[in-house]
Amino acid sequence: MSSNTTIIPSSLSVKDLPWQIVWDKDKCTLCGKCTAICPVHAIELGVFRKRMVDVSLGIGAPPGNVFKTFYGIRQKTAPAYHCIGCAMCAMVCPSDAIMPCRTDEADKLRFHINQGGEPERRGGRRNSPGGVLDRIKFIRISMLTDPALDAGRHEFEMRTLLGRILPPEENIRFVREHGWIPPVREIYPLIIGGMSFGALSPTMWEGLQMGVAYLNEELGMPVRISTGEGGCPPRLLRSRFLQYVILQIASGYFGWDEIIHAIPEMKVDPCAVEIKYGQGAKPGDGGLLMWHKVNRLIAAIRGVPPGVSLPSPPTHQTKYSIEESVAKMIQSMYMAWGFRVPVYPKISATSTALAVLNNLTRNPYAAGLAIDGEDGGTGAAYNVSMDHMGHPIASCLRDCYQNLVSVGQQNEIPLFAGGGIGKSGNLAANAAALIMLGASGIQVGKYIMQAAAGCVGSESGRCNICNIGLCPKGITSQDPRLYRRLDPEDVAQRIVDTFVSFDTELRKIVAPLGRSTSLPIGMSDALGVDDAAVAERLKIKYVV
Amino acid sequence: MCRLFAITSDTPVSPMKALYALDVMREGHDGSGVGLFLRDLAGPFEEMKDAPILSGIFTEDGIKRLDSYMIDIGFLTKYRITFKISKNPPPGVPKRDIYLIRAYEYPEEWEGLSQTEKQDRLLGLRLTLQDLGREKKDMIVFSFWPDTIMIKEIGDPMTVGKYLELDNERLKARVIMAQGRQNTNYAIDLYACHPFFIQGFSTMTNGENTAFVPIKEYLMSRGVNGYTGFYSDSEVFVHILHYMTNRLGLDVESYKHIITPLQDDALEEHPNGMFLKHLKKSCRKLIIDGPNCVIGVLPDNTMFMVQDRKKLRPGVVGGRAGTFAFSSEICGLDAFMPYRDKTKDFQPMHLDTVVVKPDRKEVNICHQTQRLSHLH
Repeated sequence: MSSNTTIIPSSLSVKDLPWQIVWDKDKCTLCGKCTAICPVHAIELGVFRKRMVDVSLGIGAPPGNVFKTFYGIRQKTAPAYHCIGCAMCAMVCPSDAIMPCRTDEADKLRFHINQGGEPERRGGRRNSPGGVLDRIKFIRISMLTDPALDAGRHEFEMRTLLGRILPPEENIRFVREHGWIPPVREIYPLIIGGMSFGALSPTMWEGLQMGVAYLNEELGMPVRISTGEGGCPPRLLRSRFLQYVILQIASGYFGWDEIIHAIPEMKVDPCAVEIKYGQGAKPGDGGLLMWHKVNRLIAAIRGVPPGVSLPSPPTHQTKYSIEESVAKMIQSMYMAWGFRVPVYPKISATSTALAVLNNLTRNPYAAGLAIDGEDGGTGAAYNVSMDHMGHPIASCLRDCYQNLVSVGQQNEIPLFAGGGIGKSGNLAANAAALIMLGASGIQVGKYIMQAAAGCVGSESGRCNICNIGLCPKGITSQDPRLYRRLDPEDVAQRIVDTFVSFDTELRKIVAPLGRSTSLPIGMSDALGVDDAAVAERLKIKYVV
Repeated sequence: MCRLFAITSDTPVSPMKALYALDVMREGHDGSGVGLFLRDLAGPFEEMKDAPILSGIFTEDGIKRLDSYMIDIGFLTKYRITFKISKNPPPGVPKRDIYLIRAYEYPEEWEGLSQTEKQDRLLGLRLTLQDLGREKKDMIVFSFWPDTIMIKEIGDPMTVGKYLELDNERLKARVIMAQGRQNTNYAIDLYACHPFFIQGFSTMTNGENTAFVPIKEYLMSRGVNGYTGFYSDSEVFVHILHYMTNRLGLDVESYKHIITPLQDDALEEHPNGMFLKHLKKSCRKLIIDGPNCVIGVLPDNTMFMVQDRKKLRPGVVGGRAGTFAFSSEICGLDAFMPYRDKTKDFQPMHLDTVVVKPDRKEVNICHQTQRLSHLH
């Protein structure tokens, strides 16, 4: 029997969507700003019909009905146009007449978001609130046996080292014999992690760079920023600001033709070179810049044709073993800058991280290891990679640090941890916890986008359209109509605010622990958690 | 809080003098324990400077085990001091069977050994005896080293000193370090009591080292026999000193550059800035934190005092040529040397290392921003 309606399997009602638009007819002035700003065209002008009871005042006249039409906002229900909850409509509405609200039950959209056999891809985050880092407390408080320090007045040295550090015996011998000592950078322990030019809009990138330059040159905070895999604008490569930049090379080698050609013209060396082998948000998968975002500028910097998707391979294709993949590549990158620039790999957190680390301990050139946990963000990835692949950062980092302790190299190969640091807003507490678990520094991306540019992404499935270039705040868009919403000067100001407040909070954590002379890397006796299994796993105290 | 008192003197001094100075400073410590380190010994030990001396506390069974063990490996007793202790110790002092100070003759087969080899073996032997003692709780060994005596006990320092009759001609020494307080941050354990000792180096500390755990982990991974124990967070000070001297070949004036290095702007202007930057980076795991006044002795009897980066603990050095004292407080110094020239007293600040060399002619002050004198 054939259906007498147009319902198809993917016909959804508003109730089936994850976000529902609540609109107030009485407040709405029909200005149209909400429909204009909606990045996914989830709402449109709707014509509605209403019935009014018409009661005549005359005696004996029967009541009747009057049918009228009125105009308002209608939410689309086709999967391609589902509301993403970004709430830009609420932001622009002059009358507070509209707002997206989360559905009260599991949505049905998730079963239909693979139209044409294409699994859902998104940008953003894993959307999994909370985590172990938020539960770790700092329990070793100095009071009487040693006085608490004054976070506001005492001298603090909140710096870390990026680079291969020789054992003291060797270092002294090499100084005496004028041997080659690996380059080591003294930097701020909070690093802006790799977000590429391409994944981010030009205004966002400019704002980040300006903020970092201000922090370095005006405030004396040696903050560093990684380029991500997307090359580096030619003028930045040839400016003094390059010294604040960590150049990332990944499996697509995007932008490296430009970088290599700029080397003879560089005024200063970059801070470091990061070789990306993996990313926490989508481990085992390569970077992805979808065609929406590959405009002429991006294409020129990356050395590719415009308008095509740019999926980086999951691994560096020219290599076949860890010795080659890591050792040769590290050495080649060292050679490119005359052995003056530290080179380190970045991997996604994995149960096999120790194998990589052990290999690095035997490689005298490896300048560190960055590990990106499952809560890391991305500009574009398949849902299944983001939601189900990967390893939490805390135990992976801890295992790696304790492995270094057991081989006596805990001061030689700095570990940098990333992936969901500050995802609940507790940036300083999360960072300090990881430092005390053994990290030399912290890489942070999503927090910066939220704090410095107003990214509306949350840990509850909001927005997450970084992949298609429609970022309503202009952070991850390459469309001038969108990215002009973001003023680079404002982004720079917020970067400075974020780092200065982070610095105060970090001092407020370490000062009561009695630490100020050096960053408390591996000070695990200061940590406690209210879960015995977690405490045992991380080898910290169980406190209730 | 601990109180510290140390003497270096051409004329041998009784350790009771140091305990008396501690007693004067008793408002600053809780009298819960005492630790003594004696070096450059006078009296009977003067004639046997090379003979290793075992210091410790033993039960009756423990001493028998010690004797049979030492005889087995060829060590013969050369001389010993016996403490005649009353059956009932004073209040607060635990009852012990034997406080041992015994000089040994080396076994014959040690004769051809190099000095380094001998020293390593002595260290190994002390650790073995400590392990044996821990098994049956019948031996506590503080040191096993030539020309060195250590005594540690729970209880008020003066009370313990009188009980053990330390005012004894045979126990006089030219270098003395005394500390008044058991370690109360962790479980009471004599191994947690200052001063700490390894291969001729000894330090005692007033204060708490908040960077203890990462430093301990680093020292333990150096592959050096003897960087063990760590019953106290202050034990790392002596190991850092030992590591710096024996493994890195640096002088005591570099000690502060390792435990509390200068900040970068000061290093930029330092005459040895390049070297010190490398030292700071490569020894980053040995940077201490927290309030600390450290007094220490090197194998050549050089005595020194350093303060933490913020100078959060008291410390003063005074005296005259031939005799100098290092004290937590001036009242302790006054009690020991009332007639010194007090205008010459020196209280080291956050950049200073005070050094009195074995000739005891003067107080040398190394300022951390000055050029290092003996950079190898």
